[in-house]
Amino acid sequence: MSTIVQRPPAREGWSGVLRRLSDWAPAAAVFVMGIAAWEGLTRGLGVEEFLLPPLSSILDTLREQWSTIWSAGLFTFKEALGGFVIGSAAAILLALVLARWRGVGRAVMPYAIAANAIPIIAFAPITNNWFGILSPASKMAIAGVLVFFPVLVNTLRGLTSVRPAQIELMRSYAAGEFEIFRRVRLPAALPFIFSGLKVGTVLAMIGAIVGDYFGGSQDALGILIRRSAGIFDFKLAWAAIVVASIFGMLFYAAVAAVERLTMRDYPSARGADL
Amino acid sequence: MIAEQTVVSLEGVRKEFGRGGVVALEDIDLDVRAGAFVSVIGPSGCGKSTLLRIVGDLIQPTAGEVVVNGKSAHRARLDRDYGIVFQDAVLFDWRTVERNIGLPLEMTGWSRQRRAERVRELLELVELGGFERHHPWQLSGGMQQRVSIARALSFSPSLLLMDEPFGALDEMTRERMNLELLRIWEQTGSTVIFVTHSIAEAVFLSTRVVVMSPRPGRITGIVDVDLPRPRGNETREQPRYAELIRDVRRTLRRGGGFEEEADAGSETDLIVAEEGL
Amino acid sequence: MLMGRRPVWYGLGMAYAAAARVRDAPPAAERLLAWARQGGLLLAVLGVLWGLWELFRWAGEQTGLHIGQFRVNGTTFPHLHDIFMTLGEPSRRNGPMLIEVLRDSAFVTAKEAAAGFALGASIGFLIGVVLVHSRLLQRGVLPYIVASQTVPILAIAPMVVVWLGGRGLPSWFSVAVIAAFLTFFPVTINTLRGLNSADPRALELMRSYAAGRLAVLVKVRVPASLPYLFAALKISATASVVGAIIGELPASVGGGLGNAILNFNQYYSSAPNRLWATNLIAATLGIAFFLAVVVAERIVVRRAPENVA
Repeated sequence: MSTIVQRPPAREGWSGVLRRLSDWAPAAAVFVMGIAAWEGLTRGLGVEEFLLPPLSSILDTLREQWSTIWSAGLFTFKEALGGFVIGSAAAILLALVLARWRGVGRAVMPYAIAANAIPIIAFAPITNNWFGILSPASKMAIAGVLVFFPVLVNTLRGLTSVRPAQIELMRSYAAGEFEIFRRVRLPAALPFIFSGLKVGTVLAMIGAIVGDYFGGSQDALGILIRRSAGIFDFKLAWAAIVVASIFGMLFYAAVAAVERLTMRDYPSARGADL
Repeated sequence: MIAEQTVVSLEGVRKEFGRGGVVALEDIDLDVRAGAFVSVIGPSGCGKSTLLRIVGDLIQPTAGEVVVNGKSAHRARLDRDYGIVFQDAVLFDWRTVERNIGLPLEMTGWSRQRRAERVRELLELVELGGFERHHPWQLSGGMQQRVSIARALSFSPSLLLMDEPFGALDEMTRERMNLELLRIWEQTGSTVIFVTHSIAEAVFLSTRVVVMSPRPGRITGIVDVDLPRPRGNETREQPRYAELIRDVRRTLRRGGGFEEEADAGSETDLIVAEEGL
Repeated sequence: MLMGRRPVWYGLGMAYAAAARVRDAPPAAERLLAWARQGGLLLAVLGVLWGLWELFRWAGEQTGLHIGQFRVNGTTFPHLHDIFMTLGEPSRRNGPMLIEVLRDSAFVTAKEAAAGFALGASIGFLIGVVLVHSRLLQRGVLPYIVASQTVPILAIAPMVVVWLGGRGLPSWFSVAVIAAFLTFFPVTINTLRGLNSADPRALELMRSYAAGRLAVLVKVRVPASLPYLFAALKISATASVVGAIIGELPASVGGGLGNAILNFNQYYSSAPNRLWATNLIAATLGIAFFLAVVVAERIVVRRAPENVA
């Protein structure tokens, strides 16, 4: 526990807004420089279009084919979301069990960690064969397994991060296991859980898209990218890649926003990196 | 003399950690009367923290009997007969000061209104009025400990167990907190068992000082502190104060408390392992 | 400080380890027994998993379980021992045994993954070192580094292959670059966190010695960052293998596990076991890389490996 008196996070007065802006100013500056460099270098150096089209071309393509790309993105996002929900729910449940029965948890942990070392993506063809190439379930399965391990490891770490003195305190109040869980373990685990979930968002999206490369519905983003690259329509391919990335970032930002809302009362020192 | 009841009674208490492992406590016989302020002092690893936790039924003794408020220690814990304060304030980051203090009250089902009133009372008592909405990380160490004490007093227990509560504070803050604690003690009339490794603090605060030997912890001696009350800064300048400190020091030395430990493994590690934390 | 954040059992483990070190080292017989117990536990776990697999297969067939298109039968859930048997059979008429084919493929992928790992880890570490010295750079650049991982590198792989191929680099190198892309990110993030985790008092001490930035880096920050670094390397080990496999797919780089997967995927209905066997080898490769980092950690840091971040 810090013995330094910390100022509370600034309420939304002018100083608060100004501070928030200045935090993001460098990133904004880099953004502008990056855009300028992209445009300038690709046109100036005459980079071949299939390697990296100028940003303006990509934006044009985006505008022209917006509905196709966007609906493909949405389709894939639903696959990712499904996998994310199933994977993280399963992981959190298992983490609860493992934290409760510490012995089992300790025995299983090394195997869970080793299992995390398996290239899950290699199983995409198998899930395709299981659930059918065109079915979203096959991609959801991949996304789900990808999400499962980081969420499990982080949640478990959070649930076991409780300091002994906190448990002793609760025991002095004759608190039962459930009370201890509800009032101490769960709130203490929340920062860790969100950390894992944020990692999961990106993995779920990637899993869904990469899964497409082994075959998938025509409506999916990964297939769109592959198809357009195959017919040398690289502007479309890049536009789709940009949209894929945007979906990933939005997904992450959504979870980060939920985190900020839920953990309003937590000291900022506990916050995750981003 | 008014018939004084014994609030805490330990008889033949012995504590061994692990199978045939460390003997933390041996042959502990101690009676604590109602309204007393008993300090327990000894070198690191002498088992004083273990002793406190045995009284609080957070650890079970290997042998011997523990009676708190006329019941078994276990029953006393379930009935919430005591409040406990640790060296670390152990406040929950995600709760405001108000909700931290109100935690035990929440668990006993007090209504929000009643809790708010009680919290306000307590904050006045520990002189932190107006800090309801603050968060623990916004407070200094001394303030956090005061919140911790307020929380321990929230359900008005007759017994207060304190494990080196001011150990992490600087000397000035510590002396100030000592005065605070005495004031609170006099106002609430509770019984206090106070673990410390500061001889001066023990003498200043207590009615009796229990001196322990190094591991395996035994009671080397008990020094009755007859300094007049109310005690204040002037008390520290009385010759009797220095005499008592000398007495405690001699008792410690007699028990071997000043010798270097051959094997003083951390008591905390043993406690943590024992409680399965 | 850090104490509150590490799991309790970790602190406990450290205390026990310290105590054990103080006592005499256990005689050889005891150590052997401990190894045997670990090995036995491993076999037991594998046995249980095998049992669960067969149980699921049996139960699925009996009850006719199906989820959508998924049914349990010989094609979707081959017997584990059949998969092993297939390893011993040739995959092509008059060709070498499957396991030899896969072994060669695994080598190719392993080479790409190792190169990618080395490249990605070095770059990641360097970026971390640069960023730790400038909060401004951190705030400016870090969001984009994080965002970069949302880009499906697989989609960009063909471009990478052509671009590097145009510069005369072999295609396996392009795959290594893709693997490096997946590898660098955890290393950067954790290097940053690790370098920042140095005890402020140790830094003050170095300042009192008028130590230059490089000295501070080498003597204080880097040692402090090792646990974090290894946690990231464990993730990166897997990521590099995944990256290598993924990288081989669109580029159709010859001979690696990615290709084997694509090939055997085509014949799945007639010979499902081959794809499963390939996956088995891929899984082994991933785990092998992971274990390599664990061993390296034990040698370098000389204590119980930190639980993976």
